[in-house]
Amino acid sequence: MTALLNVDALLDDLEQGLRRLLKERGIERPVLIGIRTGGVWLADILHKRLGLDEPFGELDISFYRDDFSRIGLNPKVRPSHLPFETEDRHIILVDDVIMSGRTIRAAMNEIFDYGRPAGIILATLIDLGARELPIQPDVVGQTLTLKANERVKLKGPDPLSVELRQADATPAKGA
Amino acid sequence: MTTTDASARALQLNEQGQLRHFLTIDGLDRELLTRILDTADSFIEVGERRIKKVPLLRGCTVVNLFFESSTRTRSTFELAAKRLSADVLNLDISTSATSKGESLSDTLLNLEAMASDMFVVRHSRSGAPHFIAQSVTPGVAIINAGDGRHAHPTQAMLDMLTIRQHKGGFEGLKVAIVGDILHSRVARSQIQALNVLGAEEVRLIAPSTLLPTDVESLGCSVAYDMRSGLKDIDVIIMLRLQRERMEGALLPSEREFYKVYGLNTEKLAYAKPDAIVMHPGPINRGVEIESAVADGPRSVILNQVTNGIAIRMAVMSMAMGGQRAQRGQDAEGQA
Repeated sequence: MTALLNVDALLDDLEQGLRRLLKERGIERPVLIGIRTGGVWLADILHKRLGLDEPFGELDISFYRDDFSRIGLNPKVRPSHLPFETEDRHIILVDDVIMSGRTIRAAMNEIFDYGRPAGIILATLIDLGARELPIQPDVVGQTLTLKANERVKLKGPDPLSVELRQADATPAKGA
Repeated sequence: MTTTDASARALQLNEQGQLRHFLTIDGLDRELLTRILDTADSFIEVGERRIKKVPLLRGCTVVNLFFESSTRTRSTFELAAKRLSADVLNLDISTSATSKGESLSDTLLNLEAMASDMFVVRHSRSGAPHFIAQSVTPGVAIINAGDGRHAHPTQAMLDMLTIRQHKGGFEGLKVAIVGDILHSRVARSQIQALNVLGAEEVRLIAPSTLLPTDVESLGCSVAYDMRSGLKDIDVIIMLRLQRERMEGALLPSEREFYKVYGLNTEKLAYAKPDAIVMHPGPINRGVEIESAVADGPRSVILNQVTNGIAIRMAVMSMAMGGQRAQRGQDAEGQA
C-alpha cells in the first residue's frame, strides 16, 4: 500500500497524463482550476510543473452542493477565485479524490456560471470508484478500492501526503 | 423588551446552534456573527460573476412582508433571494388583505399554506417578527427587516461587513454613531454587533432628547458635541432624523440640528484622517450630512448598499439551512 500512496510519483503520472492528453487534443493554453482544499494544493503543483503562465483558479463549491437541504450551508465557505475569463477556454479541473462524482457535478455547474468553457478535462489524484453519477476523470494518479471502514484524505499543503485510515481508528499515515 | 429579547435568543437558533430565524443581534456570539460576515464575503464574489446566481434556495419561496414602506431594504432582500434562486413574492400588506379586515395571523397562515419557506418581515411594531416566529408560523424562517424601534439586524451586519472591509477588523476600533439614536433600530443593532465583535469603543453623539434613557446599559459612551465626540474616531455612522417617529418637540429645528450635529467637511476633520463615513440611508442631504461628505472620498455609503445584498444572501441561506436541518430532526424525532 505504501508504494501506491507516493504522492510525488502520482503527481508524475498526472503531469505526464495531462501533457499527453493536451497534445492529443491540440490544446495550447489551458487554465487550471483546483477544487478547495486538496484540489487547490495539487493545482498549485501542477501549475508549476506544466509551466502555465496564467495564475490558477480556486473553486469553493459550497453554494452548489446537492446536500444543502439536509446539512445546511458549509460554515467554512470561502470565496471562489477565478483570475481569468473562462469563456471559450480549455479548463483542467483538479481534485484530490473522486468517489460519487457529486463534487465534480457541483464544480462544473459553478464553472458554467462564469462563462461557457471550450472544454473541461478532469484530473484527480485518487479514484475510489463507487460512482453515483456518470462522471469520469480523464487523468487519474491512482485507482484504489477501499474497504467499507477505510477512508482516504490528502494532507498538506507542504508536504503533501495521503492519509489512509480505518474509520474509528487512529490514523495510519502513508508516505 | 427584555423578555422579548431573551426568548428571541432561544428562538433564532436550532438545536445544533445554527441560525433558523434572524430576529436580533442580541444573544448571538462573535463566532456566529463572524460566520455571517465570512459567508457574505463569498457572496460578494458571486455578485461579481457573469451569472450572479447560485442554486442554494432553488424551489424555496420567500415572501417579503413589508408592513412599513421601504425601498432599499426591500429591493436588496428581493435581489438577494433571487440570486439564491428562490421564488420571491412581494406583499405590501398595508394596502392588501389587512385593509379588508383580515387579521395578521390569518394573512400569515394563508401565506404558509402557499408553501412559503421564509418571511422577510418589516413592521412598525417592535417584536412583530418575533411574535410571528414564535406563535404564528414557527416552521417558516423569519428574517427581521426592521421592527419598530427594536432591531434591524441585517442592516447592522452589512455595516459590520463594510467596516471590516475598510478597517480590516474590529480590534482597537472606535466607532461614533451620530444623530437620532432614540428612534433608531439600526443604532440598537449596530451597538450590539460592535460590542460582540470587539470594537474598543462605541460612542453615541446626540442631543439628550434623542438619546434613549437606558443609554448606559447599552455598552457605549456618550458625547453631546461633534468636536469632542469625533476625536480619535475611526468610523462615523450618521443616522437619519426619523421625523415620522417623533412626537412633540424633540428638536428645536432641522437647521439647528444640522448646525450642531450635521456632518460637514469641517466637522469630519475632528475624526481620524482615515475615518470612514457611513449612513444606513435614505440620507437627508443638508439635514444630517453635507453632500460634499456624502459623495466624498471618505464616504462608503454606496458600498453599504452593495454589501446589503451579500449580507442578506448569507443570512437567508444560513437561516434556511438551519430551518431545514431542524425540520429533518423533528421528522426523525416523530418517526
